[in-house]
Amino acid sequence: MSSSLAIQRENIRKLFPDTFKQARKSRLRGQIIFFLVLVYLIVGFFTLDVVDIPKKWKPQNAAMFVLDTYAHKDHVTMKWENHEDIKIAFEGNYRSVYGRDNLDKSIPDWFYKNSDNVGNVVEFNNKGKAILYKDKVEIVNFPKYERDFTIKLNSNGKPYLVGSEDLVIEDLKGFRITENRVEFRPTLYERIQVYPKKVEIHRYSIGWKYFWFDFSSPLEPYTFFEALGLTFSKERVVPEMSNLKLFLTEIKDNEAFMHGRVWWAMLETIVMAVLGTMFATVMALPLSFLAAYNVTPIKTLRFMLRRLFDTLRGIDFLIWSLIFLRAFGPGPFTGIFAIGFTDTGTLGKLYSEAIENTEKKQQEGVQSTGASKFLQHRFGIIPQILPIFVSQSLYYLESNTRGAVIIGAMGAGGIGLQFLGALATGNDFENVAYMAILVLAVVIFMDRLSAWLRRILIGSDQLIVR
Amino acid sequence: MTKALPANLEQIEVNLKKLTNQRTRSSLLGIAILILIFFGGTLVSLEANAGSFGRGIANFFNYPRDLFVDTFEMGWKYWPRVIKYIPELIITLNIALFSTSIGFVLAVIFAIFSSRNLIRNKRVIQFTKFFMDVTRSFPTLIIAMVFLYLMGKSSLPAVIAITIHTAGALGKLFTEAIENCDGKPIEGLSSVGATWTQKIRFSVLPQVLPLFLSYGILRLEINVRESTILGFVGAGGIGEMLAALIQWNYGADVLACMFLLVGTIIALDYLSAYWRHKLIGANQ
Repeated sequence: MSSSLAIQRENIRKLFPDTFKQARKSRLRGQIIFFLVLVYLIVGFFTLDVVDIPKKWKPQNAAMFVLDTYAHKDHVTMKWENHEDIKIAFEGNYRSVYGRDNLDKSIPDWFYKNSDNVGNVVEFNNKGKAILYKDKVEIVNFPKYERDFTIKLNSNGKPYLVGSEDLVIEDLKGFRITENRVEFRPTLYERIQVYPKKVEIHRYSIGWKYFWFDFSSPLEPYTFFEALGLTFSKERVVPEMSNLKLFLTEIKDNEAFMHGRVWWAMLETIVMAVLGTMFATVMALPLSFLAAYNVTPIKTLRFMLRRLFDTLRGIDFLIWSLIFLRAFGPGPFTGIFAIGFTDTGTLGKLYSEAIENTEKKQQEGVQSTGASKFLQHRFGIIPQILPIFVSQSLYYLESNTRGAVIIGAMGAGGIGLQFLGALATGNDFENVAYMAILVLAVVIFMDRLSAWLRRILIGSDQLIVR
Repeated sequence: MTKALPANLEQIEVNLKKLTNQRTRSSLLGIAILILIFFGGTLVSLEANAGSFGRGIANFFNYPRDLFVDTFEMGWKYWPRVIKYIPELIITLNIALFSTSIGFVLAVIFAIFSSRNLIRNKRVIQFTKFFMDVTRSFPTLIIAMVFLYLMGKSSLPAVIAITIHTAGALGKLFTEAIENCDGKPIEGLSSVGATWTQKIRFSVLPQVLPLFLSYGILRLEINVRESTILGFVGAGGIGEMLAALIQWNYGADVLACMFLLVGTIIALDYLSAYWRHKLIGANQ
């Protein structure tokens, strides 16, 4: 059976020799291209130092970054010279200290006097405790640790772990001991550091605290919905203003998340994208008619307009925004014109191609009624290309939103610049995450919006090319 | 019969009038909304902009003029300057080409797992589509900035950011291409008992490969622009050089970099149009 199949195959091969030869040739070409791509990838791999990723990747930094995007921490600081003066501050910020009388902010319930009435206890979320005494720090009750630890200062004033010479390495995991510091960090969420001068404890909890109302806000004791409910009540929280006004200003002026500034920046970015696209559409519409051969008979004009489109598009919006940044200074105008100029080129090219691809018959039909040239274009061409125009412009609206974020980061302001600022501070990563989510939401929203507008305006949410 | 006709005509006329009125009304509404957006946006811009609009217009030509004056002062010594920046340009091109290639491969994998005619499991499709939406929607700059912060200055953050974005953007287009391809070759291969991989290799791939390559070339062109921009925020290449030159106010060198960039982008524009024309023919 199999031998007869083989004979048949041979026969077919003999009958159509050219077909098989060609197939082998094209297969060989494919293999050569594949090989070249592979060679390039290997070259790229080494020239771009992709091999260095493990070396450059600092897991500790990345873990801290990720931790800070979804968690917050409280700092507890005790100076050895005055062990009763313990400062508890949110994120270590000197402006958000718990228990400071003028702020009327009570001490959190995870900080209390020990049962012996001498030590002060810092209780972590995993029930582990750090007990602060006049001359020592006790670390007790940590899960996965079978014993408790004590850190003291020696006669030279340096911190040391009591009895560490008796402990094996396994008992000491989570500790980092240097000459001037003993650090205990069993997981990312607890950190106890003992220095010659002070003790510093970081206590992490999950969530964005003070997202709606910041530390010193009069509305801070309430949750968002409680505060929203208060806006309907006549009793004022503060005598100066109504509850609704207080509610809005407190959210707007939130010091931690800066909602007012972030949303204003987001608005700037959206304005850049929307007005930039509008500008480009308005500029490209008449120019594209002048650049289409079935509308404009003058060849020189068409040629010049085509080259104008190429130049506008070729000078990337990076370079346009550099030029406009010098002229207008930081602000939305820079973004509007950078996007507008680049997209005049892109849309002009696409529009004029669409006009050239229109069906001639409709225009001829209008012409046969004796209509003027203008009316021919109005009723013969525009109805055909309007859906394409709308579809293209809306499509670019979405990609321009992303572009506007980038132009903003290069100095034109808006959310891009705010993002860079938050990243540069090196510790406000919850703001970085907040803005990244905001940008993501707005881009997806613009995407959906343009798809929705395409659907109701032209009946199809796909991009029509021609 | 002769009586009914005028009545019908009248009806048609009434309907026509109604439709025309409706159209006019919605057109006016649309225009009103656009004007509202325009004025609202202008107000926001005037409020937020540091410099005034009028002075900006007046100053528009100052910077380009300074650059050109600087350049003409140099005379023939200018050309070696231009050549000096070519290695930087090659770094930028390398970033773009490498990340487009890797992103292309990832996009093909994503597309296979999000096409309704290849995968039966709805959960897998939904998840892959959502994943691609997210990777596509992040501006490359944001991903690159985060990685730049975490890994220090090098070209790698740009490579990672562009690869992620490319995978999402191309993945969506590839999915559409696969879902729109002819189902008959797949059926034919199923009828002779081909496996899933064989079906993809011999029926789907030959149909979509030209389209894939065409999209890939278009993406490469976009990615060259992207990698320049990422260089501008510290990922190396000609973008970083340009940022430094602007800060030092070396007019002639700035213009040299700009010329190189514009030349490359225009060349790529033509090249990609030519290749894509060859790949998928004139009428697609």
